[in-house]
Amino acid sequence: MSSIVMFIQRMVIQGIPLLYGSTGEILTEKSGHLNLGIPGIMYVGAIGGVIGAFLYETRVGAANIVPALAILIPLVCSMLCSLLMGLIYCFLTVTLRANQNVTGLALTTFGVGIGNFFGGSLIKLSNADVPSINLTATSNYFKTKLPFAGNLGVIGDIFFSYSFLAYVAIIIALVSAYVLKKTRVGLHLRAVGENPATADAAGINVTKYKYISTCIGSVVAGLGGLYYIMDYAFGVWSNNGFGDRGWLSVALVIFSTWKPDVAILGSMLFGALLILQNYIPNLSMSAQELIKMTPYLVTIIVLVIISAKKKRENAPPASLGLAYFREER
Amino acid sequence: MHKEPLFHLVKRPAIKWYEAWFIRIMSVVFALIVAGIITLALTGLNPIKVYLTMIDGAIGTVRRSWALAQKTAMLLCIALALTPAFRMRFWNTGAEGQVLAGGMATATVMLLFGNKLPNGLLFVFMFVAAVLAGAVWGVIPAIFKAKWGTNETLFTLMMNYIAIQIIGYFVLEWSVPKGSGQIGVINQNTQAGWIPAIAGKAYLVNIIVVIVLTILVYVYLTYTKHGYEITVVGESERTARYIGIDVKKVIIRTMLLSGAICGIAGFLLVAGSDHTITKDTAGGNGFTAIMVCWLAKFNPIWMVLTALLICFLQKGAGEIATMYQLNLSFSDIITGIIIFFIVGCEFFINYRIIFNRHGKEVKA
Repeated sequence: MSSIVMFIQRMVIQGIPLLYGSTGEILTEKSGHLNLGIPGIMYVGAIGGVIGAFLYETRVGAANIVPALAILIPLVCSMLCSLLMGLIYCFLTVTLRANQNVTGLALTTFGVGIGNFFGGSLIKLSNADVPSINLTATSNYFKTKLPFAGNLGVIGDIFFSYSFLAYVAIIIALVSAYVLKKTRVGLHLRAVGENPATADAAGINVTKYKYISTCIGSVVAGLGGLYYIMDYAFGVWSNNGFGDRGWLSVALVIFSTWKPDVAILGSMLFGALLILQNYIPNLSMSAQELIKMTPYLVTIIVLVIISAKKKRENAPPASLGLAYFREER
Repeated sequence: MHKEPLFHLVKRPAIKWYEAWFIRIMSVVFALIVAGIITLALTGLNPIKVYLTMIDGAIGTVRRSWALAQKTAMLLCIALALTPAFRMRFWNTGAEGQVLAGGMATATVMLLFGNKLPNGLLFVFMFVAAVLAGAVWGVIPAIFKAKWGTNETLFTLMMNYIAIQIIGYFVLEWSVPKGSGQIGVINQNTQAGWIPAIAGKAYLVNIIVVIVLTILVYVYLTYTKHGYEITVVGESERTARYIGIDVKKVIIRTMLLSGAICGIAGFLLVAGSDHTITKDTAGGNGFTAIMVCWLAKFNPIWMVLTALLICFLQKGAGEIATMYQLNLSFSDIITGIIIFFIVGCEFFINYRIIFNRHGKEVKA
């Protein structure tokens, strides 16, 4: 396998968690809610899957695992956990109209805390007789490739060599882009994010739209955590292993100017920037640190350009970060 | 036919202060109960015993109390830095980066001039460098906000990670010994540029500086023309423009100040307690301070209490984790729960729920 193919494969594997995170955040932000809890939600999505898989694996033993259940249990656990996080955020910011920045940051503290706490204490809490959380068996089921990928040569390696969650990410992003741009539901959602008072007057149920889009966004973001742990990390949990990918996802939302289809390309670019350091010859350790800075730098440049150009279709949703109360003038 | 909803919400007129504080204290009580139940569910430990362990962990010994005071002072310092910006409704989420910029500048001066300048002059250099670095890091997003209305929440957030990576670069470049990946304690033998201990207490200077800062920020915001301008811009930019306030100037000036105080926090962390610089020097306090500042309703005096509450919880939960061999992140979970409750309780201060006479149908 040539090194370019390797590069593309690793870029995609790095990019997919970011794509999940930013698609989720775009859906949330389109309803006018800046959810800075996304990094925490991604941790919770990851640990939810780990807990589900761990309990299942230790209960039945690695030899008796049913493949369908090995995928379904972590998937459902992960989605339920991130849904719960989304509901906490919604209840506080939509119903109780709490400050979104504070709630989001608290959610990140909480979520990262949950992830690291259970990651570090799960074995003790469940009284299991294993030295470390190692879900290689489950991970292998998650990493099952398409059966015909091996027969297609380079094309197969580049396009068909990933696990199913990677394709799900791209499908979710494409469907989100379609729904936002082309359907009535998407139009209503955008109206809620731009000007909730007008949307309310037009008979759109603002609260319902905010709740549903934020919760779906959370579940999608949580899947990014699950993909990371099951695919990239081989089912081995390490505290803070997910790093600042959550914040990179938030950055990617800006980079893709709130468009999930652009985020697909953006996530590949960010993924490439994450591994670029390994491909530049004679690069010192310290220079690698500077290269890791580029995604954030690029994001700032995009942010400045879109604010300077003031093109409506690239701007953030107008009511982003503001609570809506019907009787307020 | 249209059914009347069960209840509707009304914005409250100003609520009496003791009623507001009753609601807030009740929310903390509820939070502690919920946290206790979760602790019980997770660990099977007696919650009351757990809370006693927590108090012991935070203030059980003189040494622990001092550590708590130092931790509180640093968190308070960063929260104070955020206050002018937040009063202006400029959501500065970049305190982490601004503190690190200040810390990096301090460490740089300590490394370059450590044993070449008299200690007094060295302190002046370190302090000025830290304040400048913090201010520059804070003012960059402000300039773009003033000029083009660039979203400051996202801009300042991204600046954090740029600061972290720059520190990552220098830590590797200047690592001692070469290749170890850390700078280590700076000027360990000469202690040049270390803030000296007073009366045997190493952190006393930090605490005193922060107390003075608290008073200064309070006076600045409450009694000066600048403070008034900040409040007006925060309430309504249009009103501010109408009465002749130069909004752009206020935004830039306030963020210079906010960044500068973050720089001071970085200076105190590096010169006063850590004597080194790492990516973790700010340790997430830049984010925690946002919550501290908000919980105190942007009032510097109340902030002493909210900073103390958060640090108390973190220290206490840390003790629980060590005692019962749990993961240290336990404290983050508790902190998160408490903040959820306090943030949520503001609703009951600002709004009133009125139950409609239900069952009655209204003709559409």
